[in-house]
Amino acid sequence: MTTVETPMGYGSMRRKEDARFIRGRGTYVDDVTLPGMLYGAVLRSPFAHARIVSIDTKAAEAHPKVRAVITGAILDGLKLAWMPTLSYDTQAVLATDKVRFQGQEVAFVVAEDRYAARDALELIDVEYEPLPAVVDARRALDPDAPVIRDDKDGKTDNHIFDWSSGDKDATDRVFSEAEVVVTQDVLYPRVHPAPLETCGAIADFDKVTGKLTIWCNTQAPHAHRTVYAMVAGLPEHKIRIISPDIGGGFGNKVGIYPGYVCAVVGSIVTGRPVKWMEDRSENLMSTSFARDYHMRGEIAATRDGKIRAVRVSVIADHGAFNGTAQPTKFPAGFFHVFTGSYDLEAAHCAVTGVYTNKAPGGVAYACSFRVTEAAYLIERMVDVLAYELGTDPAALRMRNLLRPEQFPYPSPTGWEYDSGDYPRALALAMDIAGYDDLRAEQAAQRERWAAGEVGGTLMGVGISFFTEAVGAGPRKHMDILGLGMADGAELRVHPTGKAVLRISVQSQGQGHETTYAQIVAEELGISPDDIEVVHGDTDQTPFGLGTYGSRSTPVSGAATAVVARKVRERARIVAGAMLEVSPEDLEWEKGRWFVRGDPDQGRTITEIALAAHSSLELPEGVEGHLDATTVYNPPNLTFPFGAYICVVDVDPGTGRVKVRRFVAVDDCGVRINPMIVEGQVHGGLADGIGMALMELIAFDPDGNCLGASFMDYLLPTSMECPSWELGATVTPSPHHPIGAKGVGESATVGSPAAVVNAVLDALKPFGVRHADMPLTPAAVWRAIQGAPLRTDLAIG
Amino acid sequence: MQVPAHFEYERATSVDHALALLARWGGEARVVAGGHSLIPMMKLRLARPEALIDINDLTELSYLRLAGDELLLGAMTRHADLLASPLVGEHYPILHDAERVIADPIVRNRGTIGGSLCQADPSEDLSAAFAAIDAVAVIRGPSGARTVPVREFHTGPYETVVGPDELLTEIRVPIRPGGGSAYEKVERRVGDWAVAAAGAAIWLDGESAGGAGQPGIVRDVGIGLTAVGASHFHAAEAEASLRGAPATEENFAEAGRLAGAHCEPAADQRGPVDYKRHLASELTVRALRRAAARARGQEA
Repeated sequence: MTTVETPMGYGSMRRKEDARFIRGRGTYVDDVTLPGMLYGAVLRSPFAHARIVSIDTKAAEAHPKVRAVITGAILDGLKLAWMPTLSYDTQAVLATDKVRFQGQEVAFVVAEDRYAARDALELIDVEYEPLPAVVDARRALDPDAPVIRDDKDGKTDNHIFDWSSGDKDATDRVFSEAEVVVTQDVLYPRVHPAPLETCGAIADFDKVTGKLTIWCNTQAPHAHRTVYAMVAGLPEHKIRIISPDIGGGFGNKVGIYPGYVCAVVGSIVTGRPVKWMEDRSENLMSTSFARDYHMRGEIAATRDGKIRAVRVSVIADHGAFNGTAQPTKFPAGFFHVFTGSYDLEAAHCAVTGVYTNKAPGGVAYACSFRVTEAAYLIERMVDVLAYELGTDPAALRMRNLLRPEQFPYPSPTGWEYDSGDYPRALALAMDIAGYDDLRAEQAAQRERWAAGEVGGTLMGVGISFFTEAVGAGPRKHMDILGLGMADGAELRVHPTGKAVLRISVQSQGQGHETTYAQIVAEELGISPDDIEVVHGDTDQTPFGLGTYGSRSTPVSGAATAVVARKVRERARIVAGAMLEVSPEDLEWEKGRWFVRGDPDQGRTITEIALAAHSSLELPEGVEGHLDATTVYNPPNLTFPFGAYICVVDVDPGTGRVKVRRFVAVDDCGVRINPMIVEGQVHGGLADGIGMALMELIAFDPDGNCLGASFMDYLLPTSMECPSWELGATVTPSPHHPIGAKGVGESATVGSPAAVVNAVLDALKPFGVRHADMPLTPAAVWRAIQGAPLRTDLAIG
Repeated sequence: MQVPAHFEYERATSVDHALALLARWGGEARVVAGGHSLIPMMKLRLARPEALIDINDLTELSYLRLAGDELLLGAMTRHADLLASPLVGEHYPILHDAERVIADPIVRNRGTIGGSLCQADPSEDLSAAFAAIDAVAVIRGPSGARTVPVREFHTGPYETVVGPDELLTEIRVPIRPGGGSAYEKVERRVGDWAVAAAGAAIWLDGESAGGAGQPGIVRDVGIGLTAVGASHFHAAEAEASLRGAPATEENFAEAGRLAGAHCEPAADQRGPVDYKRHLASELTVRALRRAAARARGQEA
């Protein structure tokens, strides 16, 4: 297998889309103003759990600028009070019987302007009868826990699902005979994607044509169209979803939110376009959160450090409605990739999903369908094992990593890792970091500290080696609401040799307009500047499930390469006709077909394109023009991986953590545009620092959300980020047409464990083995005191 | 987008005009300077004044100057100007320490020192810094100006002695030789409000301050605390324990212990009570240590 990088021909070219973004000329949903447009606002529940006694909307309706007030009762009459979630559950569009989380949608006001809509919310009088709330996921299944989903017939508890993977008996057997078993409770707390642009939509229903146009910053426009058709009973060809420029998604913009449905109803009721843009607090309180996995990990090993088996049990907090976006067969997403990058004898996980009085959702935030939780768990567990064995965590990993010759590797939980050279990546990261020097520095520092040095900090070195699982997915195994996870692409070369590529996925900052043009350019020899990438409009693009789970490059990138190759084959036939030779006698070099053995006799793709549209006589059965379509059904997932090393300095007197260095070696297969790859990695590393050190949605005992503004929900800034030190290895995916694996979420998956492991490494002199994220100064100090915080609950 | 409730907007052209507008609105108006606290509160509809009186045109309240043995700071002085002032840095490095950790450059370019004091957020930094250096607030009202020590300026969270028809116009800081000052803050992220912070100003006895190896005797000391429920942002017991005592690590530690013992922190997502109390002690010690080093000329 080759491991020499052969980047796409145009490599780190500048992003085509930046010309408009850096000029402030992007077009986001909130930039769109339609004639006669009205504005919607959502009235939200102040309670986490309460019965609705009455709703009086008379005063709001009397507001001179209000055009409609919609309640759950009105929606109920239209059979729209509840909508299906992406996990075959139901979710209230507007509450009818009870509110089930703080911030839940209760009523929708449509008014002439934003101010009037917001003012009118205060004129709606709702009488609530508060109920006890289920806040602690670990108590959700207690026999006396209040039942949240009593809307479901016969529901008497808060249980959603039990799911397991791996061989339980084989795993138990290894554990029963293992020399060393280490157990650790590990929380991945609830966090939020918090994209810069909040969620929003404009619904425009044309009564004359019956066409519903929805402008929405969705990551999955085609999936939205189909779901709207299924939910509202509208004919799918009369629905158009336009997803314009998007200011970040991170999974937050996959699902359909009640506000969107309300905007649609508002437009149908008023006959005018209705815009609804949530504000920051609404985004943080009510839209798709991420994580909230309460895990118990167990690791079985030999005394000399050979890891034999891993066993995991999880309580998964899914909030009040099971709205998580996962492939149907996988209610815990791809969590069963928790065996990570190691060669194990056996593994087993059991996941139980529960309802709580919290916002629904649960996949978002760059997590690759729960790979984030899995990678964090295993990388934390390996460090816990290293702590107990007194081994160096790098050496322990090196000893247990899968070896290159084991690929394709069938994992104990059923995956087939496509390709990898793990030891090489870890060795490179250690080399960049100067690992041995760091350990020497640390040892000297610990000696000074033990000798009573005043005001000193303690350094920590943390390692994370992750294996991602992205590019969902093979349609045989993976669907969402019955829609297979394959994506289409259409490529048309114009008579003058310029091209337009239409793809199903939508960019939220990934640079698709550049990288997909680069793929076509590589395959056809047309300059990327001459290729227009069209996306984000269901009337203009082929069907596909959208951009999330790092699936764009593994699926749509593959579709793009395949469709370009189809066009190239068509061009071969045309060239054959032009040169009056058999197409079989032609050879390709980038941008040109030529006669084998006579390189001067050839035709460029531009010449061929014109000929394909001309009066040239083509062979029997060959249509003119130069275009093709395809649907790409991935044969397997791709498995990017990486080795991360983080160096922190901890002030034990205050608990403050400073990230000194961060080394990230990523292997995402063939890199289309290394600059964009590195940008993605930078963002994910910052994400990781945020989650490890500060990001958190916690709840108080009444279920009040304690992370509902950017004063409370802290995102990292450049000040918390060191100058990233990146490295790369390239192990192509054997089954992807161009060997690419995808990289969007790699750094988010891999980096939190590196930061947390570094902090806990620094705290080793205090005998601290584990502490949960986020490692705020208070959490670090409390860990040192031997009284760790329960970070998912309010600090008392 | 968060949108505020309806309000009227008035733009004052002079201090007298501002006072007249305040009188006219009879307590239903709020003065807006930098607006970095008030406007977000209005957008969240936590604050709903009937009118805003904009005093950003009152450039006569934007100044930093020495007058006799006092440093005079106009209430409309922007945080960024305080941070950039060599005069301030020369006499009171505590103010530069504090300004470096107040919000971010964008907020500091617009936010004012008067606005910070009048907002009276219980986690506000300058309140503690000015309490440490025993500054005096000048307040103007219909019947003229009055002065109030900063240590008596705050009457509770988000409450001050400034009446509804009054305007804070100036902060006066006494200049005394032989001193050093410093500010120490712990926040969860740059720009966040303090989990806890301590400011200290210390004046060492002239004879021993520069003496080789001698710690010096504490002639006077001021200690301010924020975000930990210290009465008037001030650690009176800790100060009392140090006055007249040698400026030693042991005495700083005792002052720190007293500062922690006498504050009343509340638990929130920034931290539990025991941690905040610990920080009050720890940061008091660190601020004293650095202030003393500066007084001795050992640290910039």
